[in-house]
Amino acid sequence: MIELSELIQARFRLDFNANKKSKTEQSFCLDVDFNMPGTGITAIFGHSGSGKTSLLRCIAGLEKTSSGYLIVNNETWQDETHFLPTHKRPLAYVFQEASLFEHLTVQGNLDFAIKRSGLLHKGSGFFQEKETSNTELYKQVIDVMGIENLLTQIPDGLSGGERQRAAIARALLIKPRLLLMDEPLASLDDARKQEILHYLEAIRNTFDIPIIYVSHSLDEVARLADHVVLLEQGAIVAQGNVQAVFSRLDLPMHFGQDWSVVVHGTVSMIDQQWHIATVSIDSGEIQIPDNQFIVGQEMRVRILAKDISLALEPQTDNSILNKLAARVLEVSNDPNSAMALVRLQIGKNTLIARLTRKSVHQLNLRADSEVWAQIKSVAVVA
Amino acid sequence: MSFSEADIAAIWLTLRLATTVTILLLIIGTPIAWWLARTESRWKAPIGAIVALPLVLPPTVLGFYLLIVMGPNGPVGQVTQALGLGLLPFTFWGLVVASIFYSMPFVVQPIQNAIEAIGDRPLEVAATLRAGPLDRFFNVVLPLAKPGFITATILGFAHTVGEFGIVLMIGGNIPEETRVVSVQIYDHVEALEYTKAHALAGAMLAFSFVVLLTLYWFQHKKSAVGMKYGA
Repeated sequence: MIELSELIQARFRLDFNANKKSKTEQSFCLDVDFNMPGTGITAIFGHSGSGKTSLLRCIAGLEKTSSGYLIVNNETWQDETHFLPTHKRPLAYVFQEASLFEHLTVQGNLDFAIKRSGLLHKGSGFFQEKETSNTELYKQVIDVMGIENLLTQIPDGLSGGERQRAAIARALLIKPRLLLMDEPLASLDDARKQEILHYLEAIRNTFDIPIIYVSHSLDEVARLADHVVLLEQGAIVAQGNVQAVFSRLDLPMHFGQDWSVVVHGTVSMIDQQWHIATVSIDSGEIQIPDNQFIVGQEMRVRILAKDISLALEPQTDNSILNKLAARVLEVSNDPNSAMALVRLQIGKNTLIARLTRKSVHQLNLRADSEVWAQIKSVAVVA
Repeated sequence: MSFSEADIAAIWLTLRLATTVTILLLIIGTPIAWWLARTESRWKAPIGAIVALPLVLPPTVLGFYLLIVMGPNGPVGQVTQALGLGLLPFTFWGLVVASIFYSMPFVVQPIQNAIEAIGDRPLEVAATLRAGPLDRFFNVVLPLAKPGFITATILGFAHTVGEFGIVLMIGGNIPEETRVVSVQIYDHVEALEYTKAHALAGAMLAFSFVVLLTLYWFQHKKSAVGMKYGA
């Protein structure tokens, strides 16, 4: 049973044609009814136009819905008769493009939040429970986001990544009980994305606040999310923890991106000679290049479907280190007619392998076939 | 070039009128500009047109209607009489009221444009940072729209200094009450006192030029900054 105080319950209906009166935009209706955990990072995932930003704006109160309710950690933000305006909701919002106030320095932007951080000071939450003093929190946020040397600058002089870091710092300093992030990486180039992802992980590890994170990137979701809500054309098609949702074949998860699954593991051994770390994952071990890991360290790895090949017998004469005994759960078609997706059970974990249909036929793979999964490479994502 | 005592009185009166009108217009015009910039109401176009009317109407037309409305039988006139304020036409405050209407578009439009240029995003950001409506206005809109407010102040002031037709219609020509510089120049010319007219007219010319020069310098600087922002 989930505690009511750690739950976000909502139902929204938002008809865009009625709202915006635009004739060119195609009719769009957001119609969702969901419960999300009020802890950890929940990713709202979908491609552009799926309504994920609208959903986030509804949660923030920036979009008024014709009907619906929203209860966040046992506090009603919206129901049929009441609508709490955005500035009275104890949330913070990071917009897609950096949204610093141009007339203020970075410090001025942070002060804007600090001055107003005491305005809604009831209930519980990370910032209240810890009774972190403002100065302590300030130091911590500046440190985690690495913006110490940007404080005196005006937003105009900052790079996209720096602005976004400052905007995230400002969002934390308001002491939110719920942090909403709308594709905070979307307007950045790849190098900047990696940089900010690193900071986002630091936030997850440092501040225990629930985050709702909108994204259309599987990579970001795999790295950050605990829980995934999959949105398509304004409706929720699936939700659950990240491993469960990623390993389903019946969902249009990939959107042209690579199929992958996320697996949790613990570093059990480090081979100093070859710089290889062994990671235990439920019933099995995988070996990955050591990257200053510590024995006992928990990590999250992402395995792409295209990096798994299957063999009926254990192979010893190839370069692949990771060979795990697996059982085929199902074989299904890939949108590409030459390819097939094979769902595998390895202990409690589910992996997906992407093979040619020809290989599937030659190996005679079907549900319950016993196979060896050969994993070519593994990406450590967190 | 020297000014007579009457000239100096006219100059003082003009400055007093323009200052009063500008301050009142900033107070009255800002909510109107805010509403015009942000509303999606179908009344936006008609209200916008009414505010802009003085741009195209001869001042005599506006002055004529104001004279009727504020006169002894007009609705406003009856209210002011009932309140014991007497009648507004041919008084300083009558001029103030008329000038507010007449200079309204010069104040409302720059502020409206500036608020429109800010867009929704900074306001949404401020709301997510717990800023209520007034907080958002004073700490986000006002600083971001500052150039618009400066332009509005300069134009509102300068335009009030430069009015003539509506002053004659509403204010007449009463020394130290309604005789502003433009009327004083008219008097000088009527009396064939060309030297005196030259002095005042020259002063007005210089004043107007300096005001507009300041404004354009300011706007040029602003647009240069704006280009940097866009890059």
